[in-house]
Amino acid sequence: MSADIAWLIWEATLDTMWMVAIAMIIATLIGIPLGVFLATSGRGELLAAPLLNRVLGLIVNATRSTPFIILVVAIIPFTRLVAGTSIGTKAAIVPLTIAATPFIARLIETAIREVDQGLVEAARAMGATPLQIVRKVLLPEAIPAIVLSLTLAVVSMIGYSAMVGAVGGGGLGDLGIRYGYQRFMPDVMAAVVIVLIVLVQGVQSIGDRLARRLNRRLRQS
Amino acid sequence: MNMLSPTAPLERGVTPSPPPGDALVRFEGVRKVYPPRAGNASFVALDHIDLSVARGSVLGVIGRSGAGKSTLIRLVNGLEKASAGRVIVDGADITGMSERDLRGVRRAIGMVFQHFNLLSSRTAYDNVALPLEIAGVAAADIRRRVEPLLELVGLADKRDRYPAELSGGQKQRVGIARALATRPKALLSDEATSALDPETTRSILDLLGSINTELGLTILLITHEMSVVARIARQVAVLDAGRIVEQGDVYDVFTRPQHATTRSFLGAVSGQKLPGWLAGRLRAEARPGDQTVVRVVFRGPIATDALVSGLVKTHGVDVNILSGAVDEVAGRPFGALVLGLPADPATLTLALAWFAGHGLDAEVLGHVG
Repeated sequence: MSADIAWLIWEATLDTMWMVAIAMIIATLIGIPLGVFLATSGRGELLAAPLLNRVLGLIVNATRSTPFIILVVAIIPFTRLVAGTSIGTKAAIVPLTIAATPFIARLIETAIREVDQGLVEAARAMGATPLQIVRKVLLPEAIPAIVLSLTLAVVSMIGYSAMVGAVGGGGLGDLGIRYGYQRFMPDVMAAVVIVLIVLVQGVQSIGDRLARRLNRRLRQS
Repeated sequence: MNMLSPTAPLERGVTPSPPPGDALVRFEGVRKVYPPRAGNASFVALDHIDLSVARGSVLGVIGRSGAGKSTLIRLVNGLEKASAGRVIVDGADITGMSERDLRGVRRAIGMVFQHFNLLSSRTAYDNVALPLEIAGVAAADIRRRVEPLLELVGLADKRDRYPAELSGGQKQRVGIARALATRPKALLSDEATSALDPETTRSILDLLGSINTELGLTILLITHEMSVVARIARQVAVLDAGRIVEQGDVYDVFTRPQHATTRSFLGAVSGQKLPGWLAGRLRAEARPGDQTVVRVVFRGPIATDALVSGLVKTHGVDVNILSGAVDEVAGRPFGALVLGLPADPATLTLALAWFAGHGLDAEVLGHVG
């Protein structure tokens, strides 16, 4: 493999990490509050708003049930509006974010729902407001599960980012398709696959380790 | 049988129910109905509840699971809302209160839970600090408040431990310290000892008892164990299928149970329940050669040996001790003897008169061969 190719792989790796990072940051900032809301706004729940809950739930489901590759194409006008272009790394961030947000929201919702209801009751008995319960009980107690959820989301987004390569999105997927597939360079293809595996493994083990460290429930004297 | 002091005049702890103004918590004709769900009819959890918890007292509510205890205790801090009637806490009717006003009421009431409900993400110290953070107390004041509380419950050396590193009893001590953090007027104990072993249960109850006497805190506790009530409460209410079937001074209720539910709870505590071999053979009609089974209940210190030997010596009655237990209820001795006497009407009358003469309640249970 020539030095040029190695350089291309390196650049593509950085592109992928950049796309995933930006998409994850935006999606997390929206997805966490959205997930918390979905978990607490059902009928008779802490922040009960059943109608809004249902509407948001529908939107989340609609986005999640659209295959990613279709989503990428379907929102091209929107992507152009936001990113100014519909090809390249910057453009790829838009569909990635839109796919990641509802995904993260559902994962966070599950993580919040896993928190022992007894703790919510205890906090209510202390005279806590719903927001205090979210801030001081639900989020801190769900942190290990949230970390694992975000890890899962990053791994999924690395996969999705390779998919945007098919429509000229830049990054490792783009490289694999243009060089590995269209120019019949199996060594590039292999290198792309290996880099993706290493990325996913790295992210997963960092996430696992962090979640374990944050999980006080596992501590033993 | 252990030898207690000689027959003492019976002290009857007749405590009239507190005047309305003296009650910290008062239920007036409270009813709680859960709306129908998934094809089931609506469920009446509580009905006709009239109950007063006097300031500074310890009231135990006992009932089986499903009797409505959990609902009852949650009505006091508004976690459950009454369908009818009034719940008055410290002079204020909380039944119609807004959620906002209820939060103020809740801060003046501590609550301890069966499963502790400690935050696993917080240390013992931070768990105790939580209600203060919620009440908006400044950090420096929180420290001044939390440290003595950990001291009080005997966990000063565990302040930086997480709940997962503590034993059940230690977790409940943290729970108690947390419940006391906002200097509440009342403490609600929701089966606080039900998840603990007997020894830990005793130490937790003793802690609650000393909190009651030393801090003057009013305690309302719910439990399904008579022994818990016997150890700590002075007043008791027996809840059965959503209604209070009996209530009053613990000693009176325990020693003169009126309702079948109360009797069944008393079984283990005070010999109300007959041993299996005896209960199975008991019959109403006497046959020749049978023994008559009599239960003698004694309240206060009494010489059980002298009682039986007196009957034998004075009247020449053959007495067979079938079972017996001496216990302590609300700090006073209480026990029951189950005796087998010759099934002959004259002897029986004599024996019953002898017990009555000593101020003891005797009850003929039946006959055995």
